[in-house]
Amino acid sequence: MEYLPNICFAIALFIGIAYFTRNVKKLIRNIKLGLDVEVVDQKPLRWKNMLMVALGQSKMVKRPIAGMLHIIVYLGFIIINIEILEIVIDGLVGTHRVGLKVLPVHVYGVLIGTFEILAVLVFVAVIVFWLRRNTIKLQRFWNSEMTSWPKNDANYILYFEMVLMALFIVMNATDVNFQSLNSGNIVSQFVADWFSGLPENTLHVIERTAWWLHILGVLIFLNYLYFSKHLHILLAFPNTYYAKLTPNGKLNNLESVTNEVKMMLDPNIDPFASPPEGTSPEVPAKFGASDVQDLSWVQLLNAYTCTECGRCTSECPANQTGKKLSPRKIMMDTRDRLEEVGKNIDANKGVFKEDGKQLLDNYISREELWACTTCNACVEACPVSIDPLSIIMDMRRYLVMEQSAAPAELNNMMTNIENNGAPWPYNQMDRLNWKNE
Amino acid sequence: MSEELKVPTMAEYVAQGKQPEVLFWVGCAGSFDDRAKKITKAFVKLLHKAKVEFAVLGAEESCTGDPAKRTGNEFLFQMQAVTNIELLNSYQIKSIVTACPHCFNTIKNEYPDLGGNYEVMHHTQFLKSLLDEGRLTIDGGKFKGKRITFHDPCYLGRANKVYEAPRELIEKLEAELVEMKRCRQNGLCCGAGGAQMFKEPEKGDKDVNVERTEEALNTNTEIIAAGCPFCNTMMTDGVKAKEKEGEVEVLDIAELISNAQDL
Ligand code: SF4
Ligand code: SF4
Repeated sequence: MEYLPNICFAIALFIGIAYFTRNVKKLIRNIKLGLDVEVVDQKPLRWKNMLMVALGQSKMVKRPIAGMLHIIVYLGFIIINIEILEIVIDGLVGTHRVGLKVLPVHVYGVLIGTFEILAVLVFVAVIVFWLRRNTIKLQRFWNSEMTSWPKNDANYILYFEMVLMALFIVMNATDVNFQSLNSGNIVSQFVADWFSGLPENTLHVIERTAWWLHILGVLIFLNYLYFSKHLHILLAFPNTYYAKLTPNGKLNNLESVTNEVKMMLDPNIDPFASPPEGTSPEVPAKFGASDVQDLSWVQLLNAYTCTECGRCTSECPANQTGKKLSPRKIMMDTRDRLEEVGKNIDANKGVFKEDGKQLLDNYISREELWACTTCNACVEACPVSIDPLSIIMDMRRYLVMEQSAAPAELNNMMTNIENNGAPWPYNQMDRLNWKNE
Repeated sequence: MSEELKVPTMAEYVAQGKQPEVLFWVGCAGSFDDRAKKITKAFVKLLHKAKVEFAVLGAEESCTGDPAKRTGNEFLFQMQAVTNIELLNSYQIKSIVTACPHCFNTIKNEYPDLGGNYEVMHHTQFLKSLLDEGRLTIDGGKFKGKRITFHDPCYLGRANKVYEAPRELIEKLEAELVEMKRCRQNGLCCGAGGAQMFKEPEKGDKDVNVERTEEALNTNTEIIAAGCPFCNTMMTDGVKAKEKEGEVEVLDIAELISNAQDL
């Protein structure tokens, strides 16, 4: 019986990690449903971007209040998690505060003291976050795509963090031995006063309960990530690494089209000749994207990384003038559809079964797509380097090249370019007339 | 106005066995749009004043393909691009200047993948370099002390991170540069990009150009400076919608410099 807590702990830890691993595998499988693109260039710059944008939060602080609060929560979160190491060792081995055995008391005190201060800061920051969402009701948290789940998800995480921080402090406050050392209990000594007078046994029970709830809470949190916008705490790193490095204004070049265009313009190539033996003509299944599998894996990674913060949407000129387009919704829809496709694959023994749905129309409407001015405000605003515009463009490409479904005025414009080399019906020969006018 | 401007074409240069120092890519708006033609002429006058040996393609120029690409028609875009690149390469063009940020972005960023590699400059960058080299002088003239706000074109600013050249030119006019709340990286689009110029906007509660013009008017500016023929049209329409035509002018940076000196 003596080892029962250790065994329980090991089982909990195992289940928590196993389930998390399963989710990570699913995540990777889903992301790989996207088209294969190679991103292997400019590695030093990519690392630098990751360090600056993900670790250094350089784009978060563009909005100073939210940025600073976020840095507190983020730093607190990472640093306090060092404590998890001790909890895991204690839990598995059966020690109590193993840190005290390997570190001098004052060093241990400095560590725990830092964690306690951070815990309070995180607690306060999280409350401010909650107020911004629920009491001040900042516009970007109340747009139409913020339906009940995204709103609840955001609040659950805030509650989670409040509870975890509180448990950490309570755990320290009710640890009689730790309090008697009087080193590192910067915050918990005051909380300990609330419990004074309770018998030592009761204190021990409270301490153990807080300790268990804390670690179980952490494990649950870890496994909640996959279902939440909070996945960004992990994916922000790869996402900023793989983000586009070329100028924002550059739209990618479709090589499949290049081959055909070269063929059309090259008088020496016989378009009807059969391809040389051994090579298959590289005709892509589809131009552009109508569903998630037509997007690249980087775009799908983008979708899972989206924090649903709405900074993109709040800068979007179309959205600000009442159009349906919201770049955040583009990302949320992509993730929702990808999850749907993933579940479909799970339910059908590993192969996708046609479900009569797609990202276009079932999730993202044409009206949204055609409202985009390609201004790149969303790309610039995103704190984790997501590119909603690239998805919009790939879907427009599908509409135009696969379905010839551009708005009539744009078809006119394109006919003009084809016939006169200008988007208006003027004769190309008149291009220099201005000099004499 | 019927004074004849000297605008040599590439074909003429080649006939004389010469190469210009820079090719002026006029663009479709600059060639055909009545408002934008004035910008083209203003810029040409500045080129002459700075004694720049430039050429245009004239009737050989064709749309860069930007509006087609942004509509999603990669075929049409690449047909245009490949044809243009063949022409530019056959003339051995090395550097290009244009007054249209869309042409600028497309040739600079999207032509290299298709075999077109040139040094591409927006006209504000080029004018700035002429100024720095002492080939062009800028005098505030009638714009001295005026309040001027600059509207960042998306395809110059966010798309290519060019924010300073136009502003430095405005400051050289000894004018008071007033910034809108959303400027530089945060600049609000005029509403024309992504081929929106050629279609009616989707249903909403406001037009983007009106929203942007209101922001410009809030600075109490006397002049809205633009660096793009499409922004120019959108902002001009915005000023009309707000019935401020009498009070606020929309002018391209090239026009500001050229008009200041009464060229
Ligand atoms: S690029 Fe399109 S979606 Fe992004 S902010 Fe501009 S208009 Fe909105
Ligand atoms: S795309 Fe970026 S800016 Fe937009 S909601 Fe997602 S994380 Fe925020």
